[in-house]
Amino acid sequence: MSAVGRRMGRLEDRRLLRGLGHFVDDVNRVGQLWMRVFRSPHAHARITSVQTDEALALPGVEAVLTGEDIAWARPIPVRTRTKHQLDNFLQPVLARDRVRYVGEPIAVVLAEDPYLAEDAVELIRVEYEELPVVLDARSAIEADDSRSLDGFESEAATLSMGYGDVEEAFRSAAHVVEIEVKIGRHSGVPLETRGLVADYDAGSDHLTIWGATKVPHFNRRVLSQMLGMPLNRISMKKSDAGGGFGVRGEFYPEDFLVPYLARETGRPVKWIEDRAENLVAANHSREQVHRISAAFDEEHRLLGLHDEVWQDNGAYIRTHGVIVPDLTLAMLPGPYRVPAYEGVAHVALTNKTPCGTYRGPGRYESTFAREHLLDVAAARLGIDRLELRRINLLETSELPHTRPLSTLGTDVVLDAGDYEGLLDKALDRSGFDGWEKEARELRAEGRLVGTGVGYFLEKSGTGPYEEAIVEVDPTGSVRVITGGASLGQGIETVLAQIAADQLSVPPEEIEVVHTETDLLPDGVGSWASRSTVVGGSAVMLAAKATAEKALRVATTMLEAATEDLRLESARVRVDGSPDKSVSLGEIAAACEPHSGLAEGEESGLGARRTFSVDHMTYPYGVHLAQVEVDPETGGVEIRRYFVAYEVGRAVNPTLVEGQLVGGAAQGLGGALLEEFRYDDSGQPLAATFIDYMEPTAAEVPRVETLICEDAPSPDNPLGLKGAGEGGTVGCGAAVVSAVEDALGMPGSIKALPVSPSKIRALLRESDRAGSTAAEAASFSS
Amino acid sequence: MKDVHSVKIAVNGRLHEIDVESRRTLADVLRHDLGYTGTHLGCEHGICGACTVLVDGLAVRSCLAFGVQADGREIETVEGLESGGQLNSLQEAFSAHHALQCGFCTPGFLMLATALLREKLDPTEEEVREVMSSNLCRCTGYQGIIEAVLDAAGKNRGTEAVDGAVSRETAEDRVEGVSLLREAGDHTQ
Repeated sequence: MSAVGRRMGRLEDRRLLRGLGHFVDDVNRVGQLWMRVFRSPHAHARITSVQTDEALALPGVEAVLTGEDIAWARPIPVRTRTKHQLDNFLQPVLARDRVRYVGEPIAVVLAEDPYLAEDAVELIRVEYEELPVVLDARSAIEADDSRSLDGFESEAATLSMGYGDVEEAFRSAAHVVEIEVKIGRHSGVPLETRGLVADYDAGSDHLTIWGATKVPHFNRRVLSQMLGMPLNRISMKKSDAGGGFGVRGEFYPEDFLVPYLARETGRPVKWIEDRAENLVAANHSREQVHRISAAFDEEHRLLGLHDEVWQDNGAYIRTHGVIVPDLTLAMLPGPYRVPAYEGVAHVALTNKTPCGTYRGPGRYESTFAREHLLDVAAARLGIDRLELRRINLLETSELPHTRPLSTLGTDVVLDAGDYEGLLDKALDRSGFDGWEKEARELRAEGRLVGTGVGYFLEKSGTGPYEEAIVEVDPTGSVRVITGGASLGQGIETVLAQIAADQLSVPPEEIEVVHTETDLLPDGVGSWASRSTVVGGSAVMLAAKATAEKALRVATTMLEAATEDLRLESARVRVDGSPDKSVSLGEIAAACEPHSGLAEGEESGLGARRTFSVDHMTYPYGVHLAQVEVDPETGGVEIRRYFVAYEVGRAVNPTLVEGQLVGGAAQGLGGALLEEFRYDDSGQPLAATFIDYMEPTAAEVPRVETLICEDAPSPDNPLGLKGAGEGGTVGCGAAVVSAVEDALGMPGSIKALPVSPSKIRALLRESDRAGSTAAEAASFSS
Repeated sequence: MKDVHSVKIAVNGRLHEIDVESRRTLADVLRHDLGYTGTHLGCEHGICGACTVLVDGLAVRSCLAFGVQADGREIETVEGLESGGQLNSLQEAFSAHHALQCGFCTPGFLMLATALLREKLDPTEEEVREVMSSNLCRCTGYQGIIEAVLDAAGKNRGTEAVDGAVSRETAEDRVEGVSLLREAGDHTQ
């Protein structure tokens, strides 16, 4: 039986269930110092003095470092580069003259234990001259005032993309619908905070680092440049990561400070972020305003789309550059036939925590804006919302569909798909008709129950390449080394499954190693739902090459012709001679130099392969929701939730479902609960888990899923599409669609998250309107 | 000048005698002084529950307790759930129902569920949901966790205690060392 496609249990589970994982805080080095960061308490201020004497005088404190001490250090570079010039807006490692958000690092302390380090940080004295704060992206750009004082402009970048004659589309339209919506500031907020441990060996001038994830190879290159050290003198070591979601693993100021200070002091340095820091220091995401409009003809066909976006990027441009607005614009037309499109995004800098990517970056936002627009249009045009979508979904015969747009450095070519077919399947499997009927009946009883839909187009499998090594040792043990990283997504299991089929070895017996730069010095990492698609394809190629080599060498060992050999149960066997076989381990031994059995072959049984890909692959799906609004509290209860997703081919369907369900929990959090709010002075109001409300088991509903394998990707050998983000992407759209249906107020919800207070305000408004209408009616009678 | 106290703590039936600074949390004592790194810290302010351990059989957030408060007490952590390399039925159910992804919150959920299933052999889904909503998981959406706990409870139906998860009586047996200490009057409750 093929291992690919099997619902096997995860290889990761055995260690994680026993408390035997290796998370970064589990790493302790003899003689280590603990780092603690002193962070700005102000959203915008000039630093007039920094005094560290008292902190340094505390027994057990080894060093205090300020921005002045590393004035030479370059700011943190952009990882996902675009043509935009962003150098002026990058974050320094430590602030020197000015702080621009609450939580910005100003100094660090190294002490013998973490409690002492916290004591010492409290003894650092910084004087500030407070400056006016900018907290709203759109008004920041329109006013462009306080930030320009030191060369910062409010609008760090303006992106625009599109095609076709949009003006003509809107001029000739039978109907034009425009809405304005906001997506709240929220983020991945993994359960494990960030952390890093670095150990410097002065004797060999070598740095060893634990805690890197997501893009360890890229971060190693950044560190090499920033520290002026050769790449091969920096080793990233694997550790488990307590969730990533786009946020964890990017290069932050601390990713420079910890290794730098280990080298400076000659002692291991450890830093573990606390949650209060994490909520103001790690990347935020999502905060965008969209003014989006659509032009329709008489038959409700889309003629054109126009969207203007204001993105609140926080105080700096971080490693993601402007990739979130870039993806927002490139993915906005979604799965629809859009003859003309123009998107413009203004990236504004404000005095808040800087933003980066979060699961489904750009797609969560643009899917909500576009799908909400379609709901409002359906209501205004008096057409069924599903019918409006059907009219405009691209048909299978129109794929592959090339859009004159590009993102992440690649053209947008929608590969294989059956968009309407998936919708039909989802409606059928979920019993959506029944949901709607039930909602109507309950509304007739006076309850506020409604249903909603959010169709989305995803992207995954970002290139340009990934690397993999497969090795078999003389004991027969198989090891896969990937350039990806394990963040909890199950990559160890999935890559073992892919290798298993090529090598005819049970996946349970394959070890998958990640984030070990000494074993595999290059890799692109785990982001953009690429690990299984691109990383898996590289593993497949390496495992295939390994199996081919095994067969070649076995021809000599078994004195048989290649065509008579087959690989089965980790042995190469000769057809028709049941007693003639050699194990993979024996072949590996034969591949050792001087064995005389593998003439002309390189030593060792294994292969390193690179899989390259030009274009991304585009999964798609639909979210369906049924909700009930409590008219007293304004609370929203999700009664039913369904996600259908086209994944091309599911290597492990259970894990795909896990991604969809877990992704939906996050998306629902952003739709209903989670928001980083600020007061008027720029003080964060969600700096604990009491105020930043991650959903619990009490809020997350049962999520039903349907995995479709109807449209395998033509861009990789297994037909894979990524599965990491689709569970999240449609949530905002589906929830708002359902809530407005429940309220009978299309277009009434202007912003995510849909908080109880917003709903209560809407209900009060509608009561007033209702009673005014009633008064008017009684007046006239 | 550090305010240090000598404490005796039994963890998973093994007695430890150590000197602990008064302000040091139980979580840090377990993780960094005693090496039980299976207990994780997700928020250090008592919300996420990743650090949940059992203290004298009760689920406790070890980030909100001081190490000195554990003096003379019996602690159970995730490392104590398996026996002889065999996962217990709750751990097996977590794997079978894909109740974990990154695994960071998992030890806390396992200990919380252990406490629940000792108290209530056969809880309803609603009861499981309510108790499990004490902790945060960012990866799974909780579905697998709820199913796993119900499954483990189902296997338990008709028996006296959760298979593998120790009953109160057995817990007393396992921490015999501490019980002896108590008899000697060394237990300050």
